[in-house]
Amino acid sequence: MPSGLTAQTRPPAFLPNWPARIAWIALIAYTFYAASILDVTWERFVTGIDNGMRFLARMVPPDTGASKLQLLAKGLYESIEIAIIASALGIVLSLPIGLLAARNLMPAWVTWPMRLFIALCRSFHQVIIAIVFVKAVGFGALAGILALTVASIGFIGKLFADAIEEISLKQVEAIRATGAPFMSVITYGVLPQVLTRFVGFATYQVDSNLRNSTMVGMVGAGGIGGTMFAAFQRFDYDFLLTILLAIIAVIMVSEALQNRVKKLYQ
Amino acid sequence: MAGSVQPAAAAPGTPATLEVRGLTKEYRRGTPVLRGISLVFPDRGITAVIGPSGTGKSTLIRCINRLVEPTAGAILFHGADMARLSGRALREHRRRIGMVFQEYNLVERLTVMENVLSGRLGYLSSWQAFLRRYPPQDIAMAWELLDTVGLAQYANRRADALSGGQRQRVGIARAVMQQPDILLADEPTSSLDPKTSVEIMELLAGITDTRHIPVIVNIHNVPLAKRFASHVIGMAGGAIVYNGPPGGLTDDHLNQIYGGEDWQE
Repeated sequence: MPSGLTAQTRPPAFLPNWPARIAWIALIAYTFYAASILDVTWERFVTGIDNGMRFLARMVPPDTGASKLQLLAKGLYESIEIAIIASALGIVLSLPIGLLAARNLMPAWVTWPMRLFIALCRSFHQVIIAIVFVKAVGFGALAGILALTVASIGFIGKLFADAIEEISLKQVEAIRATGAPFMSVITYGVLPQVLTRFVGFATYQVDSNLRNSTMVGMVGAGGIGGTMFAAFQRFDYDFLLTILLAIIAVIMVSEALQNRVKKLYQ
Repeated sequence: MAGSVQPAAAAPGTPATLEVRGLTKEYRRGTPVLRGISLVFPDRGITAVIGPSGTGKSTLIRCINRLVEPTAGAILFHGADMARLSGRALREHRRRIGMVFQEYNLVERLTVMENVLSGRLGYLSSWQAFLRRYPPQDIAMAWELLDTVGLAQYANRRADALSGGQRQRVGIARAVMQQPDILLADEPTSSLDPKTSVEIMELLAGITDTRHIPVIVNIHNVPLAKRFASHVIGMAGGAIVYNGPPGGLTDDHLNQIYGGEDWQE
């Protein structure tokens, strides 16, 4: 028997979503309004392209003078050192912090302060944290290392805690039932379940630290960033290109290494 | 309460290995799942706890090794009240109670060998366990048990590569690895096909025969219980309605336990 509804009484198959339509229209309208306030115009964009082309033209060929290369190597090497030390510190500290922040393993009075601490670490961009540390410990690599360590804890700590909250408690229960002490329950019941993901977060953070370590130098926290900033200021655009190419090369090598590491822990 | 646990010497006259007195569990206040259960478990053979789902069989077994906190009552294991133990003393008693789970509860990403050896975690420091520094006799026992359950060739496979029946065999090997004085099995066959279920019950029967470890098994399959158990405890509504040999179990008892007669053929 066909349904009792005739063609006239059936509702339309797709109902209009008026609140969503209004929201989209409002968003588009605001975007145009904001652009007009900030003097974003087509003419300025076109002039900008022209300037940009001249800037790019002055970058080639890259400057590969011996003294410049030495400067580049020193700065880049310091950046890599900052990234690796900060990643190592961040990963080691994130393990206990992430564990203590997991709400399925720890009581609320432990997870609350830990979650708050992680949230604080995530609140500010690395460059802002770097400025604070430059003021606190002075110019140089130490400020960069501290800034990127804080950022690493914010990122890995949070994702690690969330990963632990998704584990199967049945496996944990079985280990508990053997009479295992607490730390053995963690290393046998919890860690095997999250190790692959932890390695993923950690390698991603190494990559992110590598990129950010080239930037914290701009505020005086060590690494290639300082050299790059100086090149900008002195209109050494050809040397700038050398630096940029070197950074790209480092990031690509790191990407290849990460894939190797991840394969080790499947 | 120092944690020295005597081995199971079931000489006549000595108290039973396991006894519960007035055991009550309420997950929510006022709605008890276990209503003051008192029981002396036999010191040998398979004791089957039968009853419908949701009648507290699982809660009873989990209270014994305190995976679930009892609300009231005593659990006397070698004379010590499990309900009052905590910390180290609790762990040292827990390691003498093996447990087999319905869904095997193996650590999926560890190897079969690591899963079996994890039965020894109660005897090892966390540091030794982390570095996999097991005493040679533990490793020898793990190989022997893997032979017993027929999985020695899978020792270095990851647990998630095994089938259900194989996983349950590993789960049993892990529990026996504890050298327990009693073995608890919480619906060990419910996730398995009928043929594998019988094989798992045969394995448990073999363990209780050769190693003299009493086995308490939750099971809702009555024919399987009757076939393997030397003692049957029937539960309904959080209380015990039958406690005796499988031969004494009548249709009236089963109707009382499971309610109605429609389910019987």
